[in-house]
Parts: sequence; structure tokens; C-alpha cells
Amino acid sequence: MHTPSYIINNLRELEAESIHIIREVAAEFENPVMLYSIGKDSSVMVRLAEKAFHPGKVPFPLMHIDSKWKFKEMIDFREKYTKEKGWNLIVHYNKEGYEAGIGPYKNGSKVHTDVMKTQALLAGLEKYNFDAAFGGARRDEEKSRAKERIYSFRDKFHQWDPKNQRPELWNVFNAKVHKGESIRVFPISNWTELDIWQYIRLENIPIVPLYFAKERPIVEVDGSLILVDDDRMPKELRDKAKMRMVRFRTLGCYPLTGAIESEADTIEKIVEEMMTVTKSERTTRVIDFDQEASMEQKKREGYF
Amino acid sequence: MDIRTFLDQDQKKDLLRLLTAGSVDDGKSTLIGRLLFDSKKLYEDQLDALKRDSKREGHAGEEIDYALLLDGLKAEREQGITIDVAYRYFSTAKRKFIIADTPGHEQYTRNMVTGASTANLAIILIDARKGVITQTRRHTYIVSLLGIKHIALAVNKMDLVNYSQEVYDKICKDYSDFVTPLAIPDVRFFPLSALKGDNIVDLSDKMPWYHGKSILEHLESIHIASDQNFTDLRYPVQYVVRPSLSYRGFAARIASGIIKKGDEIMVLPSRKRSTVKEIITYDGKPDYAFPPQSVTITLKDEIDVSRGDMLVHPNSIPNIERHFEAMLVWMDEEPMKTGTQFFIKQTTQITKARIDKIRYLVDINTLEKKETSKFELNEIGRVVITTAKPLFFDAYKKNRQTGSFIFIDPVSNNTCAVGMIMDQLSSDQLPSKIFDFDREKIANGLGLVTKAEYEKGYEQTGATIWITGLHGSGKNELAYTLQRNLFDMGAKVMLLDGKSTRSGLSRELDYSPADRAEHLRRVAHLCRLMNEQGILVICSFVSPDESIREQVKEIIGKKNFHLIHIDADIEFCRNNDQYEIYSKADEGKLKYLPGVDMEYQLPASPSLKLDSTDVASNLGKALAYLAEKKIYPI
Repeated sequence: MHTPSYIINNLRELEAESIHIIREVAAEFENPVMLYSIGKDSSVMVRLAEKAFHPGKVPFPLMHIDSKWKFKEMIDFREKYTKEKGWNLIVHYNKEGYEAGIGPYKNGSKVHTDVMKTQALLAGLEKYNFDAAFGGARRDEEKSRAKERIYSFRDKFHQWDPKNQRPELWNVFNAKVHKGESIRVFPISNWTELDIWQYIRLENIPIVPLYFAKERPIVEVDGSLILVDDDRMPKELRDKAKMRMVRFRTLGCYPLTGAIESEADTIEKIVEEMMTVTKSERTTRVIDFDQEASMEQKKREGYF
Repeated sequence: MDIRTFLDQDQKKDLLRLLTAGSVDDGKSTLIGRLLFDSKKLYEDQLDALKRDSKREGHAGEEIDYALLLDGLKAEREQGITIDVAYRYFSTAKRKFIIADTPGHEQYTRNMVTGASTANLAIILIDARKGVITQTRRHTYIVSLLGIKHIALAVNKMDLVNYSQEVYDKICKDYSDFVTPLAIPDVRFFPLSALKGDNIVDLSDKMPWYHGKSILEHLESIHIASDQNFTDLRYPVQYVVRPSLSYRGFAARIASGIIKKGDEIMVLPSRKRSTVKEIITYDGKPDYAFPPQSVTITLKDEIDVSRGDMLVHPNSIPNIERHFEAMLVWMDEEPMKTGTQFFIKQTTQITKARIDKIRYLVDINTLEKKETSKFELNEIGRVVITTAKPLFFDAYKKNRQTGSFIFIDPVSNNTCAVGMIMDQLSSDQLPSKIFDFDREKIANGLGLVTKAEYEKGYEQTGATIWITGLHGSGKNELAYTLQRNLFDMGAKVMLLDGKSTRSGLSRELDYSPADRAEHLRRVAHLCRLMNEQGILVICSFVSPDESIREQVKEIIGKKNFHLIHIDADIEFCRNNDQYEIYSKADEGKLKYLPGVDMEYQLPASPSLKLDSTDVASNLGKALAYLAEKKIYPI
């Protein structure tokens, strides 16, 4: 018999912490939901939820806010795994916005994001009266997130007030809210991008193939490498498309998400590239550059 | 080294959570920026953004302002100070780190307490030019209060004192004198220049007199695994996993101790025992689990366990108390209001709590104790607390997980205070304070617990079940069996009958109509007092007059009075007379016996009428009546 070991490695410690958070929310809120963005962080978060309630089922639904401009491969992936894993998935989108044809080309990234993402999210949360919503944001992603709580309080208007956050100590979370108020919960707050990749590798978690390098039709728009995903992209742009070996570090709306040139077609190569290449993660998202401190602004308005 | 080897090694690293305390003037942000920078965690575009920002807003002249990397929020950037806790992540070849970066200004004690609550180690910064100052003492006190076992004292800006050993030695001595009584197990000293990079990663050639480690080397090598309590099992149940009707798994993050398959465990508060059948995780069924793992277990016996319960080993039981002392830190902008009933959350339990007494307030600058009647934002003090339900806890010093709690304001729902439970004085030695607003109630004899509160606590209705009937009709048999049954079901029940009341309470009274009325008046008042305090009273009295029964009902209150009449003919009663009372009355040896020399008036409208000959089903009928009227169970 070998001597038992009571030392836990960093990934398992983070995993245990996240599972604890997810269970607390399921136990203390009446109607929680897990926001599922189809991205790699979401995939990790969903796996953690499955672990938290094993051998039982995850006791809350997943919700995807579909801006209708996501990469096709994301939607294919979503459909495949929802069926395969038996997830209770809600897909919500802004019907009025969709019918009015709101999109980044016609209305610009700011209006599109506001109508099809932020407003759609808020309407989705209200429609089902969710009092807690899990998000896959991490503190190492971006400056304003470094100060985010794990339980992030939102008022009746879903707004975040960075000056008025609840103190959060040890692992004792305050789940008390008045009717109409809610909490955004970030169970993977303490994970870094490298942790996420490590965990995906360790756990064999399926992710959207867009994360891996492949020859794809790419147009360069204002320095960003944009994939030609469908013919809603203006023809004059589409005509400039060239096949380039690229991959995506984050996923979102295809016209707003830049690819990077890469040869990395395995997780190991991605990590290797990450350790040596020097573009921080969110900079491939066009929306962050819209205005000074824009992520903070969006968080105040209710976007994550 | 190829990438696979790198990843495999990276996975095995452990995690160190550290707190940095000091003000911007001490170069704290610069030190963190330097740790991040030198551990090659900074990405190029963050650096680009930094250079851009430095030109516009930087406070450091021509040099790179590392602090700008850290100050996230817009408002803070404008003020040039950090005002909240920010978490930073970096990794070296040996370890991963999470830094809780907290500001040093006095008004932000709240944030430092927050950052310290999860940290294994604290770096306390000192400006070498200033030495140990008030702020240093304040930070060290908070670190000791929050139970951090390792301090690294960073004597920064050594470049500005010509790297003088004399200056450094004096600071170390001053700090040692101050820190020793705080009993922090591990304190180390480092002479640094964060700006110039001296003794951060590599030992500096500017300070050849220093023979210790660089601060990063220290952070990488310090042993923290033994800081966990592996001795006393504390398994606070978070969630009951029920994939099927027959399966009940109890999910928890192990707070301390080790749980093994086959262990005998005790459930608190029920104190029922069982054995660990299996430890279950998504990845398999390990033979043992330890803190801070999150697992699920099943038990061999079907016993009741729910969220808020705690599983422990029977040979190591925590304190189970409603009354304890704690150090409290007030976190809310709103000052404390005396007499508030807070919500208290500790492990996975939530209940109500009140502060009985403030022992003292600590002046965190001088560490002197002062008297106070309430706390304001950032104030720290020692209090006596009473909770509505017992908590299962250990002293914070022994167990950070079970010794900590938060207070939630019942109106705003804010986390208004946080606390650390102290070594237990026996709870009967703790004072319990009665607040001014309660004095009026006391003067009027109203009690501090309402009928509704009692009823909720006892899970029953405070009511009187008054059984009337002729002597020998079977009143007492029914009353006594009812008492036994209700008690066994968990009710708080009391029985009054002629024997028990006439032997003391009404000792001087006889059976004449006038005395009988007085006797039952006394009994009725007694019932009312009991009912008001949530007790279920069963009365067994002949009570032959309708007018007396009406009076009794009026005293007790119509709502709480339930009359059961056992209907019996006189022949039945005579045959059932064990004490030969009827024959005594027939012989004239005994007066005032209803049915012989005085009338028994049949109740006009009893709540329940039972037949004396149907003894077998009367108990069932009475219990069914109590359940139907939601008297017991509610």
C-alpha cells in the first residue's frame, strides 16, 4: 500500500473551489441559470457543474444568448453537445432586434453589442426570472475584472456598481437578494487562461474547432483578421478574402472577433504559442476598443 | 524541455495565495508589477498599453510605471490610488500564485481584511526611509487577526537609503519587538528595491551583507501544505445529491480533517451515527478525501442529513453552541444598530444572530482597547453573540473554515460585518445583554419571545385541550395517553388534572360549586400562560357546569380552547369507578359529585364529542382532531 498524499495540485484546488461555488448557488438561490457562451471557458464551467452534482444531474438550465452573428461552427457545436450530453439548454435571442436586421455591419459594433448581446441577455434573465446567473469570466482576462467579486451583485436594472460591492471573505458567500435583484456568479474567477487550457487537456473537454489552427477564408479589417463566415459580410470585403492559417483565441460574433495567424492545431501547440507569443487574450475582441475603459462601462450596464 | 513535459510539470505545481499590504507610497504596486514582469507573465500588448497610459497619466516621470498595470478601475486611475481588492495571477517554474492586492489607507481596512481572508502569506511593505510606522502596525495586526501564518516583511526602497545595512537592521529590530507578542509563527525580512529590482528575483550585488533568499525565491519555496488542519474532520453538508429516490449523496467541501471510506461519523446536530459507505467524485471513488477537496459521500444507514448539518468523527466534536465570543470587523457604510437581528452565515448554515455585548473596540493604530456602544465602518472589536440555532464551530485560530462567519443586514442584505470566533469561554460565563427597547416589554411582563415565535420554534400551536366528562368516563385515560403520544411525536406538551392541581395550586379549595369555579379559574389562567409560550396543554377536569366551562374558555381565549366531551352514561361510569367514589357518595361520605348529588350539564357545542364505550378509537380521533386543526403537527 502506498502512503496517502494530502497535497493538492493547483488545478484540482481551483476545481474544488469552483465546485463549492456552483453547489452554494444551487443550494441558496431559487432559480439559477448557467450562461453558456459555447467558448472554452464555458465548456470548462459546464464540466465543473457536471462534476459538482455527480452522479445527479445539473439542477439548473444552461442559457445561450444568441446574437445571431455567432460563428456557424459554434452553433453546430452547441447543437451536437446539447443532444449528446442531455443538457437542459435555453437559447434566447432578441427577436425584435433580429427582425429589424440589427448587425455589426449595418449598425456598428456598439449598437449591435448593446441590442443583440446586452439587451438580449437582460431580457432572457427577466423572462425566466433567474435570480442568479453563472458566467465564465476570469479575473486575469482584463483589468476591470481583477476586482470583480465571485458573487457580483446586480440591482433591479442589472447594473454593477464598482464602488458598492459586497465584501467577500473566505468562502462564505452572501446569497441574499431582494425581489428583482440578482447575483452574477463567476465560479472560475481564479482560473488563468493557462489553467483553462491545462484543464481542457487534462479532462479531454470538447471545444469548438475554431480554437485550432486551420486554413480559413480571412479578410483583414482595420488590422483584425476576420473570418468570412457567411454572406452577410459586405461583398466588397468578402471579395478580398484569402485563405490563411489562423485560429481564434476567443469566440463571439464573427465580424467582431479577430483571428490570429497560427500553426497551433493541438492544445499543446496552443499553450506553447501562448507562452511565447505576446497578444493578450481579449485584444482580439473588437468591442473592447470602442471606448476608454469600455469593458467596465459595459459591466456597469449589465453586460458581463 | 518540450511542451508536454512543461504542461505535465505545470499541473503538479501547488498554489500559494498571498496578500500585499502597504500604500502606493511604499511601492507596493511597483513590487507586484515587478513580480509579474520578472516572472515573464506580462504580455506584450499589456506593456504596449502601459507605455501609452504612462505618457498620459503616469506618476513616475520617464520610467515605466508598474503601478498602472494594476489599477483597473477608471475612478481609481483618476485618483491615483487603488481602492479595492484586486486579484493578480502569476506563475513561476515552481509554483502558481494568486496575489490579493489591497490598499493601505486607513479607510480601507475592509478591503485588507477581505484580501487577507484567503491568503496563506502576507507581504507587508515598509518604506526604508520611514521604518515601522503606524500603518505597518495596523497591517500586521489585521494579518494576525485573520490568522495568516507567514509574513514576509519587505523593506522597500533600499536604493533611497544607500542600501544601508544599519537602516535595515534597525527596521528589523523595531518590527520584531512589535510583532513578537502577536504570535505569528513565521516572520521573514527582505531588503528590497522594487523599482530597481534588487533582491526581487535574484540577490542584489548592492547588498552583499544580506545572506538570505530573494523574495521570489522565498515565495517559491515556503512550505504551506501543513497549514491545513488534517486532524479534526469537519464536513459541512452543502447539497444533497439525489439522482434517484433511493440514493442520497451528501456533497461538501471538506473544511478540515480527513474522511475515509468506512469511517464512523456523527451527524450534527442530530448526533446520529453512521458509516461512510463511499466517497464519490466524477473521476472515481477514492478511499479518502482531504481539505480543500469537494466530494460527495453516501452513508450506510438511512439517516436524515440536510444542508447545514455537519459530519464529524465522534471522537472530535466541535463546539455546538448558540452563545460565543468573536472578533468582529464592521464592513458596512451604515454603522451598527443595537438590537438588530442579523443573519449569520457560517460554513453552510444560516440563522439569525444578535450582539449581546460589545466587550471592547480595538484602536488599530495603537492596539489599545476602548469602550464603545456600536461599531462604524472599518472598526474592529470583541463581541458576545447569541444565535437562534446552535452553530458547529471551532476557534478561528484552530480552524479558519469553521471559525469564520459573516453578518448580513436583514434590511439591506449587505454583508455588514465579518467575524472570527474566539477560543471558547464556557457559554454560561458569557453575558447576555437586554436592550433598552425590550425593557418596556419586561415591565409589562410580556416576555421577549412572542407566541408566534414560540410556535414556529416548537412547530406546534400553543393551545388547550380541555377534556370534560363524568367521573369514571375515561377522561384521564385519554388525557394521559394523549400526553404520552404527543410527547413521543415531539410535541412540547403539559398535562393538568384534578390530582396534580388540587395537591398544590388549589390546595385550600373543596368541591363546592364556588370553590370548583375558583379552582378552574386558576387552572384556566395557568393554561393561558402556557399557551402564550407555545405549550400544548391537556386538561382533564369534570367541569360539570356550562357556565364554568364558558368562563374557562373566555380566560384561555376562544381561539386556543378546544373542548372534548367524553359522553358516558352514569352506569358505565359507576362500573368504571376504580376509587369507589360513587359508592362513597351514595353512602353520603362525599358531597358534590356530579351525577349523584349535583347535575352534570352536557356541553352544548363541544369541539369534539367522544363515546366513552369506544375507548379503542378515542385516542386516534383526538389526534386526528389536533392534526386537522393544525395544533400538532402544524
